[in-house]
Formats: sequence, C-alpha cells, structure tokens
Amino acid sequence: MEDALFYIFAALTLLFAFLCVANPFSRNPVTSAMFLVLTMISLAGLFVLLQAFFLAAVQILVYAGAVMVLFLFVIMLLDVKEEERRRFNPFGIAIGGVSVIGLGFILFSTIRESKVGAGLKLTAVKGSDTAALGKALFTEYLLPFEVISVLLLVAMVGVILLSKKDLK
Amino acid sequence: MDWINNFVGGLTAGQQFALFSLLKVVIVIFGAVLPIVAYAVLVERKVSAFIQDRVGPNRSAPFFVKYLPVVGPFLVRLGIFQPLADGLKFILKEDFTPSHVRKVYFWIAPAIAMVPAMLALAVIPFGSTLGNQKMVIADLNVGILYTFGIVSLGVYGLVLAGYASNSKFSFLGGIRSSAQMISYEIAMGMSVIPLFMLVGDLNLSKVIEYQAGTTLGFIPNWLVFKQPIAFVIFLVAAFAETNRLPFDLPEAETELVGGYHTEYSSMKFALFFLGEYTAMVAASAMMVVLFFGGWTLPFAGLDHPAATFIMGFAHIGIFVAKMLALMVVFIWVRWMLPRFRYDQLMDLGWRRFVPLALANIVLTAVVLWAQNAK
Repeated sequence: MEDALFYIFAALTLLFAFLCVANPFSRNPVTSAMFLVLTMISLAGLFVLLQAFFLAAVQILVYAGAVMVLFLFVIMLLDVKEEERRRFNPFGIAIGGVSVIGLGFILFSTIRESKVGAGLKLTAVKGSDTAALGKALFTEYLLPFEVISVLLLVAMVGVILLSKKDLK
Repeated sequence: MDWINNFVGGLTAGQQFALFSLLKVVIVIFGAVLPIVAYAVLVERKVSAFIQDRVGPNRSAPFFVKYLPVVGPFLVRLGIFQPLADGLKFILKEDFTPSHVRKVYFWIAPAIAMVPAMLALAVIPFGSTLGNQKMVIADLNVGILYTFGIVSLGVYGLVLAGYASNSKFSFLGGIRSSAQMISYEIAMGMSVIPLFMLVGDLNLSKVIEYQAGTTLGFIPNWLVFKQPIAFVIFLVAAFAETNRLPFDLPEAETELVGGYHTEYSSMKFALFFLGEYTAMVAASAMMVVLFFGGWTLPFAGLDHPAATFIMGFAHIGIFVAKMLALMVVFIWVRWMLPRFRYDQLMDLGWRRFVPLALANIVLTAVVLWAQNAK
C-alpha cells in the first residue's frame, strides 16, 4: 500500500514538475504556476509517506498556500500575453542546462554516498514530532538556523530597499 | 443490532478504520455541514431582515403544507422551506459561460473554492467518543498546521475565478482576495501560537483536554479567558479569511459589481456561495475547539470523554450548539458594520494585528517562564 502510494506520488510529482517547465499544451505562465502548486502538494504527499507530517503541513502552508499565491499575484499583474508569445532563447537553455548538470551531479553523488537501503532507518519519535523538530533546530542546528534567519532578513530588507523608489 | 456487531467484528482493524472513516466523512459532510450551510443562508436572511426591520423570507411553501393545520403556516412564516426553493432555483437556472472567459479555469475555480473549506473540517474533533470511535475524522498530531495549510489553499478558488473571468471587476476581486488572505493568514497563524505554548501540543484533541475543568470553581478553563487578545485577532482574521463583511473586499458590490464571481451564474455561483458558508462553518468550529473548550462543558461531568452513547451524543450536541452560536455572531456582525476601505484593511492586518500577535507571543513566553522559574 505504502509502496504503491510512493510510486503514485513520485510519478505525479515528476509529471506536474514537467508540465510546469515544459507544457506542450499551453505556454500560459498561470498554468505553469498552478502545476508548480500541484508539484508542491504531491511533494507533501511524499513527506507524509516518510512520516514527516510537520514538514508536509508546512510544505503546503508555506509553498502552496503563500509563496505560490504571491507568484500568481505577480504573474497576473505582469503582461502575460507577451510571455505567451515568447519562444525559447539560447541563453536561458544554456543556464538551465548548467543548473541541471550541477544539481544532477549533487543528487547522484549523494545517492552514491548514502548506500541506498543500508543505513536507512526511520526511527519513530516518541510523542509529537513537532517538539522533536523544534528541539533539534534550537540545540543541534542552532547556528545554521540563525544564519538562515539572518539571510531571510537581509532578503527582506533588500526587497524593501528596491521597491521603495524614493527613500526619505 | 447483532448483525452489525458481527459484521464489524469480522473485519480487520484496517477495514474497520476505513469503514468508520468513510461513515464519519459522509455523515459530517452530508448530514451536518450541507444542511447547516443551507440553513445558515436562511438565518442570514432572517437576521438581516430583523436588523433592517423587515420580515424576510416568509412565503415559500411546498404543496403538502396546506395539510398541516397549525404547524404548516408557522413553518412557512419562519421560511423553513426557503433553502429548498433556493437550491432548486440554483440547479434549474441557466448555467451561462461567457465567451470571453478562460474555460478550464472558469470551470475548476468554483470547485477549488469549495473543497478546501470542507477538507479543513477533517481534523476538527466534533465530539468525544461514540462507542469506541473517536469523534474526529483524522486525529492528526499536527492538526492545526493541517487546517492552516488547507485553508490557505482556499484562496486559489477566488484568484483563479478572477483570472478566468477575464473581466476587470473579477480580476480586481481576485487580486484583492490574494493579498487580503495572505495578510490575514499571518496574523491568524501567529495569534494561535500562544495557545499552543500553553497547551504544549498541536493536536486539537489535546487542546480540548487542556480546556476541561474550571478555575476558581466557576470560570471555565477555556482559552478565550486565558488568551483574550489571541481570540480577538483570530476572530477578526477569520472574518477576513472567509471574505465576510466588514472584510468582503474581493466581492465589494458597490465597487466591483460582484467581484471575483461577477461572471458566474447558476450552480457555479452557488458553489462559491456554499464555499463561503462552509468556510464559515470551519472557522466557527475551529474557534470552538481553540477558544471555547470544544465539546466540553465545565459541569455535570461533561468535560470527560463520554462513556455512554447518550453522553456521546450530548457532546456532539454541545459542540454544534457552540458552533451555531459563533455562526450567528458572524451573521450579526455582517449586518451591523460597514465595509472597510482596502488600505484600512491592510493597515489593520499588518500594522496592528501582526505586532499585537507578536507581543502576545512574547508576553505568554515571559509568563510561562516566570511560572516555571518559581
């Protein structure tokens, strides 16, 4: 049952992700955004199969519910018709190819390092997994956590700086 | 009854779980939520009539009413049959699709508006136990996060409807709804954090357990008394999330004709309407669980899980009664307050409620720390 669900959700994730970047039926950015939402939701399904309920809920809450709504918001305010007419440009393809190769290399070496099936043990957390996650974040991984918070703060300040045309 | 026991006893645990979950889903959605939604519309019309010194719906009467002596005319005057007439009207009206719309989105948007509101109900514990079944469809450990996640998907229905309609009024409605719902989601999410700091668990059944009993012998242990600020923020944010007046900017009739549903008619329009009321049911149920002790009452031993079937049904009754009371508040406020301006709405959300919610979190943390330090 769980195996079947894994294959279903994995296939859906890949299908939706493909339709998001290269949809043969429509070059409408809104459609791409909606397929990205579906990709996020299928990913949340995969998290649930890994017993990571907190991550699954946050995945939907943050990515599908908030980030993608803002994406849609921006896409709708832009001139969508021009985007629909635009064809592939070589520079974009080059950048995309380089990113795919880089990410593929990382993925491949990670899978090779991890010795699939050997070291993989899902340990059930006693009580609520949210508490365990919180403890881990604020003890073991405190420094990376704080660094990421500062990074987000910097991004936020940057956005405000860029969007304010005249600073008083 | 014996054959039921034999039948259920013969199933494996997994099959029993599936059977009872299905039963709960069907009974909750078709037996409770849809009738409540239908009659909430009637209550809405009757309350608005009362507030505006009118009579409200008092005519619709099916053919058999004339055979009921005293009760019949009374029910007609109450408008009991009005929702039936409304439903029939929605089904029989012409389902018109304007030629300038984006068809696919135009068709799926009403469904997307309706479904999340219903899914959000899955984690609400609407009673203690009946027999050996817990009266909650899915007893998730991350109940509250699930609800917020699903509720946050509700905005897609409105945004896509605005986009699909391909008209200026709808589009403005869709844009407004996306900005409004995201803003108030933040305030809403932060307002409940102090609750979970007190309870120490995200599971909604645990939240109800925490609220059993009384302080000083007469005040119930409900979180509304411990976290009044959180309740006010949550209540106001709930109005914004369900697009109810005074925050119904996405469909502001005076400026946007009908907002995101300007181009919709017949059953598709009805789905938006039902979605709004289902969201209202979900928000009220959520508030009952979080702030008003869920299915508990602090006397007559009603705050422990039920041992008998009668007590089980009593708990469900208590929950529904509390929920209906909150829905009346939603309806009452709608007809008492004028609509906010859009900049006032954003100002209230970002510059008042978000800082207030943050302050409430810090305050609760300090109080908890002081209590533990003793």
